[in-house]
This record gives sequence, C-alpha cells and structure tokens, in this order.
Amino acid sequence: MCQVGEDYGGPGPAELQPKLSWRGCEQKCMKCKEGLPVLIIRAGDAFCKDCFKAYYIHKFRAMLGKNRLIFPGEKVLLAWSGGPSSSSMIWQVQEGLSRESAKRLRFVPGIVYIDEGVVCGQSPEERAKTVTEMKLILQTVGFPYHIVSLEEVFNLPTSVLQPVSQGPRGSENTYKEAVDGFIQQQQQQQRVPEEGGREAVLSDEQIQEKLRQLSTQDPVGQEEVTGDSLPRPAQIMALMTLFSSVKTLTAREELLQTLRAHLILHVARVQGYSKVMLGDSCTRLAIKLMTNLALGRGAFLAWDTGFSDDRHGDVVMLRPMRDYTLKEIAFYNRMFGVPSVFTPAIDTKAPEKASIHRLMESFILRLQAQFPSTISTVYRTSEKLVKAPRNGDAAGAATARCLLCMCALDIDSADSATAFGAQTLEHLAQKPSPAPAPPTGASGRPCCAQGTRLQQDCCRDTRPLSEREEPRASFIEQLCYSCRVNMKDVPFLEPLPPYILMESQCRRQRAWEKQEIQEFLFEESEEDKDEIYQD
Amino acid sequence: ISSPIGGAELLFDGVKKHQVTLPSQEEPWDIRNLLLWIKKNLLKERPELFIQGDSVRPGILVLINDADWELQGELDYQLQDQDNILFISTLHGG
Repeated sequence: MCQVGEDYGGPGPAELQPKLSWRGCEQKCMKCKEGLPVLIIRAGDAFCKDCFKAYYIHKFRAMLGKNRLIFPGEKVLLAWSGGPSSSSMIWQVQEGLSRESAKRLRFVPGIVYIDEGVVCGQSPEERAKTVTEMKLILQTVGFPYHIVSLEEVFNLPTSVLQPVSQGPRGSENTYKEAVDGFIQQQQQQQRVPEEGGREAVLSDEQIQEKLRQLSTQDPVGQEEVTGDSLPRPAQIMALMTLFSSVKTLTAREELLQTLRAHLILHVARVQGYSKVMLGDSCTRLAIKLMTNLALGRGAFLAWDTGFSDDRHGDVVMLRPMRDYTLKEIAFYNRMFGVPSVFTPAIDTKAPEKASIHRLMESFILRLQAQFPSTISTVYRTSEKLVKAPRNGDAAGAATARCLLCMCALDIDSADSATAFGAQTLEHLAQKPSPAPAPPTGASGRPCCAQGTRLQQDCCRDTRPLSEREEPRASFIEQLCYSCRVNMKDVPFLEPLPPYILMESQCRRQRAWEKQEIQEFLFEESEEDKDEIYQD
Repeated sequence: ISSPIGGAELLFDGVKKHQVTLPSQEEPWDIRNLLLWIKKNLLKERPELFIQGDSVRPGILVLINDADWELQGELDYQLQDQDNILFISTLHGG
C-alpha cells in the first residue's frame, strides 16, 4: 500500500491558532510532531491541517501514478453528482493540473453532471435552482462541462448497450512510450513559437488557453448532448411513470444506477472521452461491495468496485477516490473550502430498512463504529478481486452480455442447482405460461453458485409461450442473474426507455436468425459454426 | 453557543445554521446533553435518522470548532461559550 510520502515530512508551520485550550488533546500531529491535530484518521492517527492536506493530495496522485491507465493528453470525463466525493475529485484534478510542469497531471478533463431531480422528488423550480448552483461552481472550475438531465435516456441510441471491443493496450511499455512521445511532442510545439525560452511557463499558458477555448465552446457541445436545456414535459412524465411503476426502492435505485451509467457512457462516447472518473470513496465502495453481493452481483464485483472497469470496451471507468474514506473527504472539503451542492437522492429521508442499499449502509457503518477496521477490511477485499477471463477468448460477439448492466452473462445452462436455477423455478411457479427457453447465447461461465440446494430441471420444461408474455420472457432471458431478480419489481416493460426495448428486440431477432440458420447446418464444432455464421 | 448543521439539514426544516442559547443547568453541558437537547428542540422529523442510542447515527461526523470530536472526548466534551458544533452527514442521500 501507498505510504504517506516521507518527502512531505518537513514540519508544517503550526499556523493553527486554537481558540480554546482543548482538553484531552495532549497529542501532536503524528507526522510533523508539531502541529495541533485536527482530525483522527485510520486507527487513531492524529493529523494537523497541513500534514493532512499533503497526505490527501499525495494519495490522489499516487492512485493515478500506481495504476498508469490515463495516457498523457487523453480526454477524461469527471462524473460529478454535486456530492462531497466527486466534488473533491474535481478539486484534486484541478490541483494536479495547476502544478509546475514536472508534476502536472497531463490529461484533458471535462465534467458531466446528470440532473436526476425528477426521480428524487424535486420540483421543476428546485431543479432549475440546483442546476444554476451547479453551473456557478462549474464556471469557477473552468473545465468544459456537460449538463444532462436524466430524461435524456429516452433519446439514447441502442449503441449504448453494445460494447465496443478494443485491442488490449496499456502495458507498462506502451504507457512509457506514450509519455515520452507526449513530452517530445510538447517540446517540439514549444520550440516552434519561441526558440527555447521558458518552456514550462509557456506550456502552462498554452494549456490554460486551450481550456479557456474549450469552455467557451461549451454551449455548443452541451447543445449536442442535451438538445434542449429543459427536458420536455412528455419525457418528464414518462420517467415518472417508469419509476413509479417500480415496486421497491431497491429496484428503483438499481434502475437509476443503470440509466445513469448509460447516460454517462453516451456523453463520453459522443464527446470523445476515453476515460471516465467516478467519485466512489472507500466507504462507499465497501458498502457497494456488500450490497452487490446481497443483490446477486457477486460475479461482477471486480468490475463494480475495482479501480478500473472496462466492460464497455472503448470507454473505461476509473475510481480514483477509492482510497479515501468519507471522513477524510468531508474534513478536507470543509477545511479547504471545496464547494459541493447538496441534492436529495432517491432514498433521502427513507427509513433505514427501506432498501438493501440503505440497510447495508447502516449495517456497515454501525459495525465500523464498533470495529474501526471494518470498512478498510472489506475495501481491501475489493482490491484483491481479479476479473475472470471470459472463457478464454477475447471479448466480442462470442460472449453474451447482460442487456442492462453489460456484464458477461453469469447464467447457467439448464439444470443447475444454484440461486439462478431457483430463481427461474420461482418465476415459473408464479407465472405458469412464460417458460423461458434455455439461454440462447453462449452458455455463461459456471454461475456464482450461491448454494441453493434446489434440484430442478425447469428449463427443459418448454411449454409453449403465450403470445402476450413472450416479449417479457425473452427480455428477461437477456439479463444476468441480478438484473433478472431486479426486474421482478418492474412489472411493465413498456415504460422503459426505447433504446433498451429496441436493443432487446434486436438481440431476440439475431438469436432467432441464428437458430434458423443452425437448423440447416450439420452438427459442427463451436468454432466452425461461428465462421459460417459470420460469412 | 452555536451549532450549525451541515448536510443533514433536511431533518431540521432545511435550516443549516442554528444559533442557540442553552438554558443554564447545574451540571455543565456536554455533547451528550446537547444531542438530547437538539432532539427535543431542533429536530423536526425522523429523529432516528440523526440520533441513535445516546450518540449521533454512524456516518454523521461531529466537528467541534472545526476539529474532529474524536480528539476531544466525543460525547464527554464540555461545551464552552461560543463553541461551534458542526454535524456533517456522509450518508447516502444526506
């Protein structure tokens, strides 16, 4: 693990003048041994303000430096919710970009804010007020930004649900080459306008100039994504219908996360960002890990909670704030005046047991209050998870992906004694007509096997599908275990945004065609089949 | 003695800053008493989302004059005149 850099060890000036003599705080800052401590982090380490700042900034740069995933000059989209973690992330990026040339971060940032007001119970006036507040902050930051309302999901293309495969890259060597190339290129650029001269200063100005240009261009870019600054009333209604049709808060929260992820991905693709930074903190990730386990997403934990998430292929999601606890973030924001905007979330003021997310949060935090290493232990686990290779071959048409969360399908073939099997059985018991046919695509890897001891062979039981129920049954078939469970609380498919339904139909069509063709083929090995199909 | 509320203000009718004068009592005021007093006098709804047991709900941070309350004896800290007590919610949804 990354230790706090010793080079920061210089005694921080003890500027902090305490207003009062604090009782019971004889201790000094554990770093500089001089400053008055203002907070305790980890297991009882007291830090003074200056040492905490150095520690905090170092951590962000170390996280990026350690992972070496962001190439110089790359466009990186910062997903901002207005909350403390993502706000802090933006400030860290800004800090990193304002450094002198040797230590400066070298990527080109942009910010996306998704206005979810409609599902969080905000009135149109409140939403307008929030957006104004957001804009004010965004303008002081000075990065190009995109404000998108959640209603935009009704305009998304189906391509959002199709992963774009990309050749493997990012090995140590190529990263170094990229950095060297970038530096050389930069030096050449500088030499042209002014022979030698003050390179560092000049490049600073250049970048600032560039950023300014981007910012002024922004209204155009924003137009492209949002179309209109205000969503149309019909879409607001449609979104409200969708969310009110969902039966539980757990499913609503999951649906919101899915739609939000699709929107962010779309903005990134349209605007040419190849990386997206998310603001998940260590505390949040520990909670998310446990929540997702409970939701049946165990097979995807490495993607859902790891540092990088490459499920979409071309756009990679990163979580650079994953080393910070929420306590550190809250203190930093408070001490150094990082502005954040409070907006109600979908579960604001909900009782503690209203959803799995909510329950898991209070469970972890209460455990943490008694056992201070709870969160870090859970979090370290998420660090160690390794992404399973997808059946040996490179990602592509061969792997079936969940329609909603875009993870490789974790479903079993027929006949399994797993939670998945039990879930299918349950589904059958409730609604006798739509017996799901065996999964059409590649039969997934062995399921996460959550040890339900039910032996059944429901999937062989292929009763005729009733015409009306068929779309739903085949829609469900295209989902992973967790999304299937979740869809149980979404009684109607119709209110879902069109891009999801269209892609679902498309996949069904493709599967059907594939089946048709196969009837004319002799039994062949898997590879041959694929070849013929591609021809 | 004042006690502004950050983040969790929704439970306090949306008011972020409270300037309060505590009634004098025989034993000195500590945070423990203050929480009880807040529960009785300031909290507008769902007290269980702010206070649990005799302390704040896990996930809500307490700052005494902008420093971590863990450095100052937590519930046993004795309030002084003009103290600034800040509550920050780190919970999802505030």
